[in-house]
Formats: sequence, C-alpha cells, structure tokens
Amino acid sequence: MNLHEYQAKSLFASYGLPVSEGYAVDTADEAVAAAQKIGGDRWVVKVQVHAGGRGKAGGVKLADSLDEIRAFADQWIGKNLVTIQTDENGQPVSKIYVESCTDIDRELYLSAVIDRGSRRIVFMASTEGGVEIEQVAEETPEKILRATIDPFVGAQPYQGRDLAFKLGLEGAQIRQFSNLFMGLSKLFEETDCSLLEINPLVVTTDGNIHCLDAKINIDGNALYRQPAIAEMNDPSQEDEREAQAAEFSLNYVALEGNIGCMVNGAGLAMGTMDLVKLHGGNPANFLDVGGGATKEAVAEAFKIILSDSAVKAVLINIFGGIVSCATIAEGIIGAVQEVGVEVPVVVRFEGNNSELGRKTLADSGLNIIPGESLVDAVEKAVAAAGGQA
Amino acid sequence: MSILINKDTKVICQGFTGSQGTLHSEQALAYGTQLVGGVTPGKGGTTHLGLPVFDTVADAVAQTGATASVIYVPASFCKDSILEALNAGIELIVCITEGIPTLDMLVVKARLELSGARMIGPNCPGVITPGECKIGIMPGDIHLPGKVGIVSRSGTLTYEAVKQTTDRGFGQSSCVGIGGDPIPGSHFIDILEQFEQDPATEAIVMVGEIGGNAEEEAAAYIKANVTKPVVGYIAGVTAPPGKRMGHAGAIIAGGKGTADDKFAALQDAGVRTVRSLAEIGDALAEVTGWS
Repeated sequence: MNLHEYQAKSLFASYGLPVSEGYAVDTADEAVAAAQKIGGDRWVVKVQVHAGGRGKAGGVKLADSLDEIRAFADQWIGKNLVTIQTDENGQPVSKIYVESCTDIDRELYLSAVIDRGSRRIVFMASTEGGVEIEQVAEETPEKILRATIDPFVGAQPYQGRDLAFKLGLEGAQIRQFSNLFMGLSKLFEETDCSLLEINPLVVTTDGNIHCLDAKINIDGNALYRQPAIAEMNDPSQEDEREAQAAEFSLNYVALEGNIGCMVNGAGLAMGTMDLVKLHGGNPANFLDVGGGATKEAVAEAFKIILSDSAVKAVLINIFGGIVSCATIAEGIIGAVQEVGVEVPVVVRFEGNNSELGRKTLADSGLNIIPGESLVDAVEKAVAAAGGQA
Repeated sequence: MSILINKDTKVICQGFTGSQGTLHSEQALAYGTQLVGGVTPGKGGTTHLGLPVFDTVADAVAQTGATASVIYVPASFCKDSILEALNAGIELIVCITEGIPTLDMLVVKARLELSGARMIGPNCPGVITPGECKIGIMPGDIHLPGKVGIVSRSGTLTYEAVKQTTDRGFGQSSCVGIGGDPIPGSHFIDILEQFEQDPATEAIVMVGEIGGNAEEEAAAYIKANVTKPVVGYIAGVTAPPGKRMGHAGAIIAGGKGTADDKFAALQDAGVRTVRSLAEIGDALAEVTGWS
C-alpha cells in the first residue's frame, strides 16, 4: 500500500524526524488559510498523488503569494495529474499539500528497502540527491552507500554515523543524520514498511538536515496489525476495478488487451496471459480468483472483467487443487445468468472435479465454449475475440 | 529415493484442529502420509482424526519422533509457529499460509540460517514425493511416482508441470513449491542442489516467475553445479512493470526481475527454456530422449 507524501510526512513528524510545517488541504480557501497559518512569504505547494515525476508535470510549485497558492489549488484540485509514472489519464488530485519553503544548500538521497537478495533491510544513501536514483545506480554505482540492518539487533547509531561521514556531512549534521537514520529504522520496523525514501534529503543553508520529500510503501500483508495506517488508504489512487476486486480478495490488474482472463493461482494467471499473447491474442487483465474460490467470488470476478468494455471474449482457466471445478462451474452459471454475458466464454477445467465441472457447464444450456486442453482453450479464446491482434 | 520427504517421514501438523488443518490432514492421511499427530495449544491430550493432539511442538516431537511439521495457522501466528517448530528441533518445516508480513519472514529466515533446519514456503502448495508422502494442499491424484524433480514458485503452475509429466508417464521423484513470497524459506538453489544429488531424479523442471533475482541465481548455480537436464519456464512475460501480480514477490521493480532477463539467464546456463507453459512435457522428452 502506498501513502501520500503528506501522510508519510505526518508519520515522520510523529517520529520526531525533521520535516517542514505543512498542511494537506481540499480547497483553495483552505490552501490560503494554511499558508497564512505557516506564515512567511514563500511556500511550496504540491499535488498529492501516488506517482513520482510530479515536479516535471507541473504538480509542484514555489509560490510567492497567496494568489499563486489559490491559483495552483484552483488549477489542480478535482483534476488529474499526468506524469511519466502514470497512465495517459493520470491520477486524480483531491488534496494539495502546502508547506513552508526550505532554502537548500545540498541535496542528498536516503532510502530503506527490504533487499530480497540479502534478506535484510538495507539503507541506501547518496550524495546525488534530487535525481532518479536508478540512474545513479546504473551510471555511478560507487556513489550509492549502503548499510545493512541485522534482523536480530536492529539498526545501530554507528551505521548512521558511518553513512554521514561518507556523505561528507560535518559537525552537528553527523548527529542529526544518525538520529534520522535511527528514527527511520524504527519507523520502518514499527509500521511494516516495504520502502521508505527521502529524495531529496537536504542540507539547508543554515546547515541542518531536513526531509524535503517523503515516500512510504507499506507491506500489504501487515495491514492487519497497522490499523491506523490501513485507514490512510486512498482508493481513488487505484484503478477502480482493482480496488473493487480487492474488496472480494481477488487479485486483478488491468491490461490493454481484449481477452478477459479468470484463472486460479497467480503463477498460472500470469502463465495464461503469456500463452494468450504467444497465440496472437492480447490479455485484458490479470485475475487470480485464489485457491479457495467461492461461487460468489467467481460471480464478482465476472462482473469486474466484463466492466471493461474492451473485453471481446473471456477465458477461464482453472486447475482445481483445493478448489473444485464443479464449484467454479456453478459460479460461472450463476454469473452468466445474473450479469447477462454477451461475449463468448471459453472454459478450461483440469484437476479437482473437472469432469463434473465440464458436465455441469454442458448441461446448463448456456453458450459456453469448452476448451479441450490449455492450448485449445487459449486458441479458441483468441479466435473468439476476433483472431490475432 | 526422493528429496526432503519419503514414506518413513513422520509429520505433525500445526493448526491441526482448524478447518484448513483438518481438511488437508484428512487428505494427507488418505494419501498415505505418516501423519503422527498435531499441535493445537490448549487441546493437548485430546485426539483429532484418530491422532494425538499436543499443546506444544516440543511435546509432539518428544512423543511421536516427528521430524517434519506442516503449518496451517493464520498468517498473524506463523512467525510464532515457525520459531516454535525450529526450537523443538523440527528438521523440515512446510508453511502453506499466505500473507505473512515480510518483516516477520526476515527474522524467521535469519533464524533458519542459524539452525540448519529447512523450511519450504510460505505461500506455497507444499512438498510431495508421489506414492509416499504428501505434505501440503496439492491434489495427490495428478501425481505419478517417477523421475522428474519439479521446483516452482507457483502452486497451480506446479500442477500444470506435474500433469504434463504424469500424462507422458515420466512421473515425479519429488515436487517442491517454494512459494510466491519475496522472502521464501528455501530458494531454487537449495532444492536444485538436492535434486542434483538425488539418484531418483533424472531431470529437473524449474518454474519461475517475475520479481527478484532467484532465477538468475539459480541459473548461475545450474551452470556451475547441475549435470542433469533442466527445463525452465518463467511466468509473467506480459506482466506490466511496477504491478504486483497476485504473489507478494511477483513484481518487476526498477526494471529488474523481468521474465526476459530470467529466460536469458537460464538459456545462458544451458537450461532448455519454454515460452509456453504447455510445452514443458515436450521439452523434457526432447532433452532426455524419453518417449
């Protein structure tokens, strides 16, 4: 789960980490009031969306007057921001963040991730702040500093000091950075982060370490023990169908093609998409109905797939392990009767109760095309969707 | 022969009396697995499915001599259950549960590395040695005792590979689902090493997917250490970057972990790769000369 910048910064603030005074607002009037509350004559206003590249897309502005803040709020609230990281429609802007302006001397980079290779939390720091860190890693890997956290003893201050010295910090900045490092590590573990990034982390003109941006991703598996953070979820930033699917514990990812796919198991769902592509078709989605799929889940999956008007055929591929194909068959019949499916539906059943499932579908009198094998089903679905793309 | 488990493996079940534990224990018993008891704290001294229930894993191990444990407890209790099994001296832990927080697995994995015990999963179908022992949720009847070792990050893709090797009469020595999480208890390399040493395994099928670099590491390992023919398949060629595809570990991040990279690494290691998951059986026949 992704957090907005304003949410991440409020978490930072609650851990005593250095962030600017700022307020997330819903209207232009509130934006102006926030700026007045902060005081001064320069502010930064930022649209709050789950996407990087906001600055280049015009979603971040340095404002020298309250009129500029009002104009910025009027320009963005209720609109969509398109950045290099969004699709062509962009992400909806419902809040903007108004904060005090910081005078920058140097820009640094600091992040923490779960490194799958070393099976550890790894901090990464660099003197090359404010730019794409992937590019730094690619072109000048020696400029990425690392600190690996021991899972038994946690982060230690010496690791923070070590990074601070290597970043060329000095004097009081060493302690400030080390405190930041320790605070971030605590935040990471206590809130079940999967990624935490500050880009840029700055040294201000008066010599202090300051978090200018804040990005946090939370491990979705841990939300059950992070109720306060789960509350921060903003479904408006997700694909509408993906959010709807998540409510029914279905994994759905929208794609560009026209063959709707319903599969049990994430690996097989990907494999089925790949097979559709290999046989000249284009999958419209990834959809895993899960190992314990119920009739209701199948019906819901159908509705979500068909709500995509690009779908010209539906391919259902079930390898019954725990789940019985007969259960899925009943779900399909129920959904077809309830929703009224107008596109061809191809079904391949294998494994648990597959023969009964096939018979149930055949006896239903519904126009469902049986796939004799995996490849046969894929070929029939591609043909039904209008042939090779 | 086989790897990890055989007809003599004594297994207990943690979460024995729960609905999942009950369902899959019944099926394991029907398959012939030597399930010797289970653990449900507070129900020690009772019986379930005709087998003794213990309060702790240590009690179960002391009373039954079990060396393997299968875990069906909810995700929020898994860290505790796995560490309890480790502490009781269980040698093989199979954790089926999906949805364990990654930070829990970091600690579990570090403990595992210190202990010398092996863990399969989490978020996996389990392990089966056909005709001898089934630990997990896979349908037993699609398997056939035989000569192909199968290792996979995905449950239902494992079943596809199993079906193709059964349909052709090759059968399986053992099948291991290592699971779809970013921090698994065992990696491909751990299992490949065992298949290479197992005399009953004559060829290996490796099923990977996008995300992480376990397949690339496996490819390097195969190139240096594996003499048996390997067929490789990777799911997720059509997966868009930055999107999590169902499995917690299946995500292309920062341009890394793509299916194309993994296919290329496997090909470079001399693995016979297939782009279609329906061609695993054909490719096996081709590289082994089996008919």
